Amino acid sequence: MVSTDIGKIALLSGNEAVAQGAYEAGVKVACSYPGTPSTEILEYLAQFPEVDSQWSVNEKVAFEVALSSAIGGLRSLYASKHVGVNVAMDPLMTSAYVGVNAGFVVVSCDDPGIHSSQNEQDNRLIARMAKIPLLEPSSPAEAKEFVKTAFKLSERFDTPVMVRLTTRIAHTRENVKLGKRREIPQKEFNVNVAKYVMVPRNAYNRHIALEKRLLKLKAYAEKSPLNRIELNSKKLGFIVDSVSYLYVKEMYPDASFLKLGFSFPFPEEKVKEFARQVKELYVIEELEPFLEEHIRMLGIKVRARDPSFRIGELRPEYIPNIVKGKKKTEPGWTARKPVMCPGCPHRPVFWVLKKSKAVVTGDIGCYTLGALPPLSSLHSCLCMGSGITFFEGWRKALGKNVVGVIGDSTFVHAGVPALINLSYNKTKGLIIILDNGTTAMTGNQPHPATGITIKGTPTKRLSLEDVCRACGADNVDVINPHNVKELEAVVKKRIDEDALSVIIARAPCVLLERKRAGVPEFQKEECKKCYICLSIDCPAIYKTEDGYIRIKREWCTGCNLCVEVCPTGALVKNEEQ
Amino acid sequence: MKNNETINILFCGIGGQGVLKASELCCLAALFDGYHVKKSEVHGMAQRGGSVESHVRFGKLVYSPLIPCGMVDYLLPLHRDEHERLKHFLKHGGIDLLQWLEKAETADKKYLNTYMVGVLSRFLPIKENSWLRALEVAFSHKKYDYNKHLFLRARREVQL
Ligand SMILES: Cc1ncc(C[n+]2csc(CCOP(=O)(O)OP(=O)(O)O)c2C)c(N)n1
Repeated sequence: MVSTDIGKIALLSGNEAVAQGAYEAGVKVACSYPGTPSTEILEYLAQFPEVDSQWSVNEKVAFEVALSSAIGGLRSLYASKHVGVNVAMDPLMTSAYVGVNAGFVVVSCDDPGIHSSQNEQDNRLIARMAKIPLLEPSSPAEAKEFVKTAFKLSERFDTPVMVRLTTRIAHTRENVKLGKRREIPQKEFNVNVAKYVMVPRNAYNRHIALEKRLLKLKAYAEKSPLNRIELNSKKLGFIVDSVSYLYVKEMYPDASFLKLGFSFPFPEEKVKEFARQVKELYVIEELEPFLEEHIRMLGIKVRARDPSFRIGELRPEYIPNIVKGKKKTEPGWTARKPVMCPGCPHRPVFWVLKKSKAVVTGDIGCYTLGALPPLSSLHSCLCMGSGITFFEGWRKALGKNVVGVIGDSTFVHAGVPALINLSYNKTKGLIIILDNGTTAMTGNQPHPATGITIKGTPTKRLSLEDVCRACGADNVDVINPHNVKELEAVVKKRIDEDALSVIIARAPCVLLERKRAGVPEFQKEECKKCYICLSIDCPAIYKTEDGYIRIKREWCTGCNLCVEVCPTGALVKNEEQ
Repeated sequence: MKNNETINILFCGIGGQGVLKASELCCLAALFDGYHVKKSEVHGMAQRGGSVESHVRFGKLVYSPLIPCGMVDYLLPLHRDEHERLKHFLKHGGIDLLQWLEKAETADKKYLNTYMVGVLSRFLPIKENSWLRALEVAFSHKKYDYNKHLFLRARREVQL
């Protein structure tokens, strides 16, 4: 796309800039599992033949493959959304002990405001807990430079380095100058049991080494140009990090700033120096009071946000209210209700589940939209894999009328151990894998069961049928969910059976295969205005002013679910192609 | 355009209408004219029918990626409900392009975005050549001629 345009100014998103920075820094291995808002980092890196990029099975695997590549001597990168870092928490927490050898950068994209996530956790706290340095760019152009710095720091201090973006940085575009890639020779690897085998005694010694390293990193952070004092009017001073810097700068361009780009280990002396120079000191940040608590611990008098601003994303227009000490007035959710696409293969499954009156344990993906009215037939969603584990708990508590659903990508990510657990612990009942052949929610990435790599090349395809059988499922039925009657019959049968059953509801995502069949015909005379067709929540069908139904021709895919559910024959299948 | 001035444009509509394409065109054109550009977008989980908004800002140096509420210079809606939802972002004396939406709908429902960008272009200090370059980059070879035609038609039809 742009790799050859050295010196060119391109409009890059924060994610693309992270990837471009890693590329220029000579990254050799990059691993991730998709997730909004981090997905595009790996998609951008995948275009470069010099970089061994992969969609890993999940974030834990991604982290370990990238870290071990770095230990082996290759500059490596891990990227995920904030909650993905939770899945990688186990290796992350010990990674600071073992260190890296070649540079290893951990990119975390947090989601303040919960644009597309299950929570809005603040991963600055995770960097501190894992005891790894934390870099926080404010914009895409900075993100590129910070990633290059992160690789250098990682090698210099022998530690993983976290670069943290938020949705607002990851998904903002701005002018970014493209640079040349620097090839970094592979670092020599030597077997070192004391450093790389974390048994208690070695780990204890490595903890000692880690604490020493943190002191050195702190001294470095005090001098780092990433922590910058901008002196202006000394009446008002702001300590800020991340995108908050830009919001405050926008609203108070004449104030003084301490912009923290290297915020852990915390540059205490720099903060004291700045505090001495300004009359009134504020700290403004998004989500947790991470900077605020550090500053207060130093005994510095500082004004901070009302705690109501710890919820949700900051916006520039909030800043004056924060400065005035006001509480946040919740803007409320005014955006339109999201909805499954016309022709989505998940829709008929939820229609059938709704009719079955089952309690449905759900998971994360496009299909989570099945929870919203009028379908209203998904009743739990916590984290990836929980569609199956919650099934086990609710089946214990609520009995037979529980069904678990999970997407194909999610099943491979975290559902397999959960399914083994069902079988091992003698749980019976029905799990439905919604197999649309892609990771749709995050923009249609391939996964192991698609048989395609991140570079679009064919690879071994994981057979979901075989996996389910091997995990211990007694019955595995593969059904095209657009055959609603068949699906309904099998669901009914399997719910009641004394067996562990999996139905693989398999039909491609409509965004993947843009096939179009004829738009159903509407026969006005037959319509009794019962509106059952509207209860499938298809954006291509709507009620007109005369109370009759109309289908948006430009949106309809001809999936015929509306024809299937219409009890009076007012909607008729159109055989033309 | 004054030295430290930033021009703020809010694009809004629903998934599938090409809101992001419209804002991309504007950003590219501003980029080609040598401005510092920031574009930030909010789109929920849905591919079809969800709310989509895109903030575009350009000038000599732009700070916030979001336009502060009440500071929008130009509001470019592709959908009336979304216009209703976001019109309070417009500043006093800001320009609401809603009045051209109907014209865009008669021109071509499928490319409301291109027509509306043509309208917008009349108000902005960006050279026509940069707009045409932006169209060339943003559209495939097949679609370029038609979109250029639509863009220029809108540009002609706007009476300032
Ligand atoms: C730990 C974690 N990693 C990644 C994500 C982002 N994410 C949410 S759902 C999902 C997968 C969706 O794919 P699939 O299960 O196939 O369902 P589909 O969207 O295709 O219906 C991903 C990657 C997340 N929420 N949590």
